[in-house]
Order: sequence, then structure tokens, then C-alpha cells
Amino acid sequence: MTLRSVLVANRGEIALRVVRACRELGVRAVAVYSDADASAAHVRMADDAVHLGKSAASKSYLNEEAVLEAARSAGVDAIHPGYGFLSERPGFAAAVEEAGLVFVGPPSSVIATMGDKAAARAVARSAGVPVVPGSDEVSSADEAVAAAGEVGYPVLVKASAGGGGRGIRPAGSADELRTVVAEAQREAASAFGSDKVYLERALQGPKHVEVQVLADTHGTVVHCWERECSLQRRRQKILEEAPAPGLDPSVRSALCDAAARLAREVGYVGAGTVEFLVEGSGDAAEFFFIEMNTRIQVEHPVTEWVTGLDLVAEQLRIASGDPLSVAQDDIACRGASIEFRVNAEDPDQDFLPSPGTVEALELPGGPGVRVDTALMAGDAVPPFYDSLVAKLSVWAPTREQALARGRRALAEYRVDGLPTTIGLHRRLLDEPAVVDGGYDITTLETWLAGRSP
Amino acid sequence: MGNHTITSRTPGVFYHRPSPDADPYVTEGSSVAEGDTVGLVEVMKTFHEVKADAAGTVARFLVENEDEVTIGQDLVELET
Repeated sequence: MTLRSVLVANRGEIALRVVRACRELGVRAVAVYSDADASAAHVRMADDAVHLGKSAASKSYLNEEAVLEAARSAGVDAIHPGYGFLSERPGFAAAVEEAGLVFVGPPSSVIATMGDKAAARAVARSAGVPVVPGSDEVSSADEAVAAAGEVGYPVLVKASAGGGGRGIRPAGSADELRTVVAEAQREAASAFGSDKVYLERALQGPKHVEVQVLADTHGTVVHCWERECSLQRRRQKILEEAPAPGLDPSVRSALCDAAARLAREVGYVGAGTVEFLVEGSGDAAEFFFIEMNTRIQVEHPVTEWVTGLDLVAEQLRIASGDPLSVAQDDIACRGASIEFRVNAEDPDQDFLPSPGTVEALELPGGPGVRVDTALMAGDAVPPFYDSLVAKLSVWAPTREQALARGRRALAEYRVDGLPTTIGLHRRLLDEPAVVDGGYDITTLETWLAGRSP
Repeated sequence: MGNHTITSRTPGVFYHRPSPDADPYVTEGSSVAEGDTVGLVEVMKTFHEVKADAAGTVARFLVENEDEVTIGQDLVELET
């Protein structure tokens, strides 16, 4: 390990996760914090800490200049961006590189390529990885109808400048498409300042399955198997598991190989996640690349449970220029793991964000239980950042046992003072579609709509 | 003629405009109807519009763009 000190440019549970990995490797961990986080756990547990600015994210954790200045003043060798905030900004990664520091992640050029939808699809195609059938940009209803003939109905009309699920409309036929394209262009022009739209095949009941990859600076790329992340609300994952239940072994093997091939094609370095949609079942299931996340992922603990790897330690090793600690053949997927995201939101009030103060806290424990959180009893959940406050993850030799362990751990978990998604998870583990693993990306929203009065 | 103060229903960060490049919802001297949007409060990466709960003319803003606000904090003073 040539890295001696790392600036952890994040907050909350992921900052603490990185601080912990640094300390185990003998690397000095320097935290950063905003006004609201002056006494937060990620600051208390780091070796040192630098104040960034006011509480608003734009004045602190998103302030590139303040983070770079903190790195200079603390004399660190590297910056670990965590997830969110500055983690996928090619300009920031480039500024870190120019400052002579190591960015714990891929080269800025790779972040830029994979952050561009069209460029990322082109990489996938040249790596021989299937992408969701789609069109180039269309500028009229006639062009759209012509393009849809190749893409195949039903289609989704998407705004080129959109993202995060915004600006997407379905169309099942040519007549419907004509109306929808006109609407989509008007909406895109006002929402995104560009009326460019394109078409994509609307997959039927797809599952979101993603593959963890690791790549070192010596050209070694490995996959660490897959995660099933279909339980989503407004494109936000709420529960993830590994391995993906019901995934045919031959499809799984092809999927994981495709992810590693794509990472190799783009010259990837570090930990990354290749996301796919999977349509159909059994050995007839088809997978399509959707995007790559060029950073550590929220749900990385389920992969750590089933593989025994420490993914954050691997990131730091790679950033040091060391080879990966494992070869592909050494990475087995053992047992089953499930992660439950605990968000400060009220599921009974349309997931209204609910900042507040934790009056009392009882964390679950015992065999096969892990809690990643920086939220302690007496802490306030500030209104300025993401609502994720904790991740409970469990492991057991079989999926059935992991479900039982999840129910047991969720029953032990108590947070007083603000609403959270813990109760939602308890109910989800009684749902047949969750228990049998047959859920897809529409399941959670359909279920939530059915519960509403 | 009287005065009315619009307060924040959530803690968070206050914005005068719907997006960084857009025009402000209202400026001093703007007349507003009840239910008009006068600002935006961001809480945990979600955005909540601040609605006028009375009609009137915007007398002054009591917070700056991007100021941190608490629940119940005074945001905008109206002449009614």
C-alpha cells in the first residue's frame, strides 16, 4: 500500500465505510464536513477532519474547489469520492489528477465516456454486449414512426437531455407514437431546454440486474457476480440481493462475462457496476446493457457478503497501483445476502422526506447481520442531503434463511424520533413476489399503488 | 392594507427560482394570487414549491437565494 493518506470526500454511512477501510489498511483517513455535520460520526472516527463550508451540499460536499483545497491543506495522497456528490464528475476527477493526487476511481476520461449515454452504448456494442434496441435522435413524428419500425413496439420516447426517469413516455402503436412524440418534444423543450428525443424498446416486466467489476492498473479485470436490484420506487432502489434469484446459470455466466468485457473495452480501473435489464425467464432470458456506474455502489455490501471481498479495500489497493488481491477463479459466490435501505422517509405519506432527531436507537445484531450507518442516538438527520441513513444487510447459507434472518433483524431494529422505511421492509418480506424472488422493476410501485387509499 | 408572511413548511434550502438558469418565480413588487408559487425549498434532494397562502404584492424576501431555512421560518412578506 503506497497510499499513506486519503481524503474521504463524502458524508454519512459511505464516508464512515471508507474511513473504516483506511484504518484497517493503516492509511490515514481525513474526513470533510459541512456546518451541519461538525459532530457527525464520519468526522469523529476519522484521523483528521477539514471543514468545507455551510450546510447546503452546493456549499460543502459539492464544492469542488473547497474539497481540493481541503486535500491540499491536509496533505493527502488521494481523494475517495464515495458515491453521489463528486463521484461521477469527470471535471472533478480531472482536477484531482491535475493536482497530482490520486482519484480513487477510474480515469476522468472513462467517467466522461460512461457518463454519456450514446458513448456508453457505443462501448457496449464494440465489446459485443447487447444494448436495449433504440433509435438515434428523431425530430418529427414521421421520423419517429420510421425508427420505431426497426426498434419494435412498444417503445419508450425519451428526452435526450433527460435522466433519472424524467421525460419518458410509452407508445404502443404508430398512431399513439405520433401524439406522444409531439408531447414529449414540447415537454423536453421546456424541461430540459432541448426538444431532442429518441426511442427505446419498452421491455416487458424486466428485472434490474447489475454486475460488480474490479479492474487494477495492471490490466486485470474480474467480475464479482451480480446483484438483483429490481425493487425500486421512482428509480430509487430500496432492497437489493445477491445472487439474483431465479437467474439461469448460463445467462448469469454470460451476463457476468459481458460486464467484464465491457470494463476491459473502456479501459476501466477501480470498482464499478455494469447495469442490465433482463427480460424473460430461464435460459431464454435476454440481457441488455443500460449504464455503468463508475464508483462504489450503495448496495456493495451484498456482494461483500457473498464473495468475502472487501470492495473498498480493493479500491484503495488499486489506487495504490497494487494488483487485485484475488484472481477470477478465487471469487466464489457463497450463500445469499439481502440489503434493506433505511431512509428517513415516511412510506405512509408518499415517502415524504423526514429530517429530525433520533431520540432512541436499537440496532439489530447477531449472526449474519451488518449495519452500515453513521447515524447514532441523539444525532440529527439534516434536511440537506440524501435520505439514506442506514443499510441493514444480512447473509445466510440459503436465500430462505436469509429472508428469515432479515425478518428477525428488521424486528429488532428500532428508530424513534423520525419515520423510516424499516416498517416497509417488514411488510415487503411477507409479500409472495418478494419471497419467491419473482419480482421485477414494476412490482414495488404497483404494490404501493394498491396500498394507497 | 396589511402584511402577511409566507413561512416554510419544511426545513431545507430556499431558492428564488425553479432552476439555476431560470427567472425568479417572483420579485419585489410582483403581485401574487393565493396558490401562486413564490419559491422552492429543497429537502433531502426533493423540491417542494412554496405557495402563497394569501393574495398580495411581494414587499420583500426575508431570506436570500440558497439560504438554509428551518420549518416555520419566515420567507416572504406580502402587502395584502
